[in-house]
Amino acid sequence: MASEKEVKLLDFGVSPFGVRTRIALAEKEVEYEYKEEKNLNLGEKSELLLKSNPVHKKIPVLIHHDKPICESLIIVQYIDEVFPSKTPILPSDPYARALARFWADFVDKKISQYALRVWKLKKGEELEETKKELVENLRTLEAELGEKKYFGGEDFGLVDIAFVPFTSWFYSFQAFGLLSVEDEFPKLAAWGKRCIERKSVAKSLSEPKKLYEFLSARRKVLGVE
Amino acid sequence: MSKSNVVLLDHWVSPYAMRVRIALWEKGVDFESKQQDLSNKSELLLRSNPIYKKAPVLLHDDKPLCESLIIVGYIDEVWPSPPLLPSSSYERATARFWADFIDKKFAEAATKLWRSARSTEELEAAKKEFFETLKQLEEFLGEKDYFGGENFGLVDLALIPFWSWFSAYEKFGGFKIESPKLYAWMQRCMERESVAKALPAQEKVLEFVCTLRKILGFDQ
Repeated sequence: MASEKEVKLLDFGVSPFGVRTRIALAEKEVEYEYKEEKNLNLGEKSELLLKSNPVHKKIPVLIHHDKPICESLIIVQYIDEVFPSKTPILPSDPYARALARFWADFVDKKISQYALRVWKLKKGEELEETKKELVENLRTLEAELGEKKYFGGEDFGLVDIAFVPFTSWFYSFQAFGLLSVEDEFPKLAAWGKRCIERKSVAKSLSEPKKLYEFLSARRKVLGVE
Repeated sequence: MSKSNVVLLDHWVSPYAMRVRIALWEKGVDFESKQQDLSNKSELLLRSNPIYKKAPVLLHDDKPLCESLIIVGYIDEVWPSPPLLPSSSYERATARFWADFIDKKFAEAATKLWRSARSTEELEAAKKEFFETLKQLEEFLGEKDYFGGENFGLVDLALIPFWSWFSAYEKFGGFKIESPKLYAWMQRCMERESVAKALPAQEKVLEFVCTLRKILGFDQ
């Protein structure tokens, strides 16, 4: 008999956007049914995905009481509002909330597109441009972190959730000879290690070596190596 | 000396700045508008928005806020009445989704029409994208008075500024926008004082875009 759990997550293993929602659900200790879009990288999308996200046809999609919510940062904020806990994802002060949203949005606008493209590119101008943008924006992000424990200060929050999935990609960046985050961005590397001490992050992050294998295989198919 | 502790680094033609003006006026907040010259950016702008170096920026008690939808969210939280977001969490997520759609899909497609399409193929592709996003917005509006339902809200505020740019889209896209539903919605919004005050006349925007295109090397 099909599961009737009130919370379902449509996802795809390596998606950093999916990881964000998994972390948020784990932070709130919400039980949910995980549905993998198994053949997403072959371009196949399930009926449920197409019905739940007709506009973007993308994962993750959170389905709560049969109602879909799309776009990872919107999902994370919804989770924060609907499932109360002693660990809020957004702070209560409006200005601090606006700053958290700004930096989470920065990760989306200025980090994710470069991080998710840089490993696919053959040697050449586009690769150099993409690397340059990624490095510059990581520098900005690291400056924002500064000496803080987390981006939100003492408390793990929205910006940490927004960026931490990308730490799984650091191993691959190094292995592909693209970038050593450990060397160039020690504060970000240290922050990543602090985050992984949280149960919600440890159990949700893509395993870096497995991700490397997945990306290596894709690079071969794309003719990058 | 500034007359209030709310200052908007503003730009008269920016739909993003219009959003913030609408939000402030909807809430009855007094603010000082400082028009920015984006071809010669002020110290204040560069200091307040070092990441994107763009307007609008809201300075509340000298604390800067950037990115129009984030600014509007802040305004809605600090001055809660009348609310721009619905009270149900699910409806709030839906509103945020469509405001984000307007930014990611609609605004991008609209900008391509006048700013980046340099060949006939590029223009045709841009037109197709533009009409597709318009159709999706129309579908979401449905029979409602506003995108938010009975009340003017975040999604209405996010989209209505682009109405002032429609003459420019039509001229450079080479089409006429035929959508009685959207037109009815636009008229409804324009009846609000905040919107009527915030939006410049379409002719003025068209003039601005024509000049800008010449600078960018179009229409030589």
